[in-house]
Amino acid sequence: MNILRKAIDWGMRKSPWIIHFNAGACNGCDIETIDALAPRFDLERLGILQQGSPRHADILVCTGAVTLQTRDRLKQIYDQMPEPKYVIAVGTCACTGGIFDGCYCVMGGIDTVIPVDVYVPGCAVRPEAIIDAVQKLLDSLKGGKKGGEKNAG
Amino acid sequence: MNEKRIIGNRIVIPIGPQHPSLKEPGCFTITLEGEKVVHAVIGVGYNHRGLEKACESRSFIQTLYLIERVCGICSHTHSTAFCQGIEELSGITVPRRAAYIRVIIAELERLHSHLLWLGVAAHEIGFDTLFMYSWRDREKVLDILAEACGNRVNYGINTVGGVRRDLDDNVIQGISKMADSLENQLKYYLDLVMIDTTLSARLSGIGKLSREDAMKFGAVGPVARAAGISYDIRTIEPYGAYGEIPVKVITDDHADVFGRTVVRIREMLESLEILRFCIKNIPDGGIAVKAPRRIPAGEVISRTEAPRGENIHYIRSNGTDILDRVRVRAPTEANWHGMKHMLEGQYLADVPITIAAIDPCYSCADRAIVINSGNKTEVMDWQRLRQYSIEWYKKRGVDMASVKMPESKAYF
Repeated sequence: MNILRKAIDWGMRKSPWIIHFNAGACNGCDIETIDALAPRFDLERLGILQQGSPRHADILVCTGAVTLQTRDRLKQIYDQMPEPKYVIAVGTCACTGGIFDGCYCVMGGIDTVIPVDVYVPGCAVRPEAIIDAVQKLLDSLKGGKKGGEKNAG
Repeated sequence: MNEKRIIGNRIVIPIGPQHPSLKEPGCFTITLEGEKVVHAVIGVGYNHRGLEKACESRSFIQTLYLIERVCGICSHTHSTAFCQGIEELSGITVPRRAAYIRVIIAELERLHSHLLWLGVAAHEIGFDTLFMYSWRDREKVLDILAEACGNRVNYGINTVGGVRRDLDDNVIQGISKMADSLENQLKYYLDLVMIDTTLSARLSGIGKLSREDAMKFGAVGPVARAAGISYDIRTIEPYGAYGEIPVKVITDDHADVFGRTVVRIREMLESLEILRFCIKNIPDGGIAVKAPRRIPAGEVISRTEAPRGENIHYIRSNGTDILDRVRVRAPTEANWHGMKHMLEGQYLADVPITIAAIDPCYSCADRAIVINSGNKTEVMDWQRLRQYSIEWYKKRGVDMASVKMPESKAYF
């Protein structure tokens, strides 16, 4: 591992910026994701900031089973993010398709479209679980894992 | 696909489906002349999961939990509407205590939904302090919901024939404590909206939908009530325990975003009154009666007042435990129709707050609709729809044909 990669990983661990995308969720996990950024849970104290543009983001927090209409968009957003990039699938639907698996308009979990690093099951996921997922992902970066290759937790 | 296109002196800006302002995917194609919106096209359907079709292959008990996941914010109102329909079809009466518990959860849900909206709306206009304040207060409501139902979102408290959990004294005391502290905060927010000149200047006159237009477009919920239409299912067609509970319908005649804000904050204060009445008058007794295994054949329409407006469920049963048809007409679906009218003629900067002001819930609204034009009915399958979109983009100079569909999964 060269020194540049080490520097990037160090920077990532200190202040990753996240982008949130709803790929067809029921809103439950989305409000809990936003809630994790709100005063009670306050993800920002870990240096995490929500960003509007995929080009500024390091971590894609993705909720919901992927519908046919969001599939291409999800791919586009992932492609637009700069390397190194990581994906957290929030909610049972995002992990496997959940209760919507088998619906005619649903592809399945997020990993049917893009590689996922952390899976957070739950319906709806609690903000504590999201914070834990982010923390686990950041911890796993210490070992120098590359995005999209291994599942952290 | 955020490219800009210029046609004459008009600029076309596509906003979404991933955009910084809202949590959910929706694509708004805004045509601008200078700063003014001259044309708006609303593209929804990103959240369409085929939920109504899925209901037709599950038993009604499984469907109940699926229906609850139509929307994570107003899940209780959907499951209440569904349960009411099933109960009406099978002719069972819910115990009074269960009906009261349903009302308590529904009003708590209204509180959390409106507080959530207040925060999102404040965020849209760049008032992030109010966003943080209202989301902090929302936690108080969520704590009660978590204690009463065991989950913060998607409560799962309704079942056919009653509710699954009883409220113990802790919860009831918690509600009255929460109501007192929240009331102070809500009065503060109401004062803030009424007195603060910046806020009222930013919200007044935006997203106008007059009484006539609201009638014409079939607006429901706070959008209609802000236009002076006293339309609330809780009083028009009292369901559950609402027949015994005094409900004051909050209306306002501003007919703009300001009016909708005032209506929502006043509604929260009214919800607190309803909660206080409920915990004082909640009867003792059982919380559920046994549901039949099979539902008698028939059809029913069940209506509830969701935080966003009138929620309609249509259920048709064929006499087995699997339903023939479930149709969900969520409030946002009714409110979308007036959106184009609200957006056109406004400035671009007011677009996000105008969209947010109807409190759109895409996952509620994204149901499939077949439109009959004359005698011709047409349903496009996925392949044809894709071909159509490729041609549509080709005409505009973008070749999407290279984006391949995976072969492994059969779609229809």
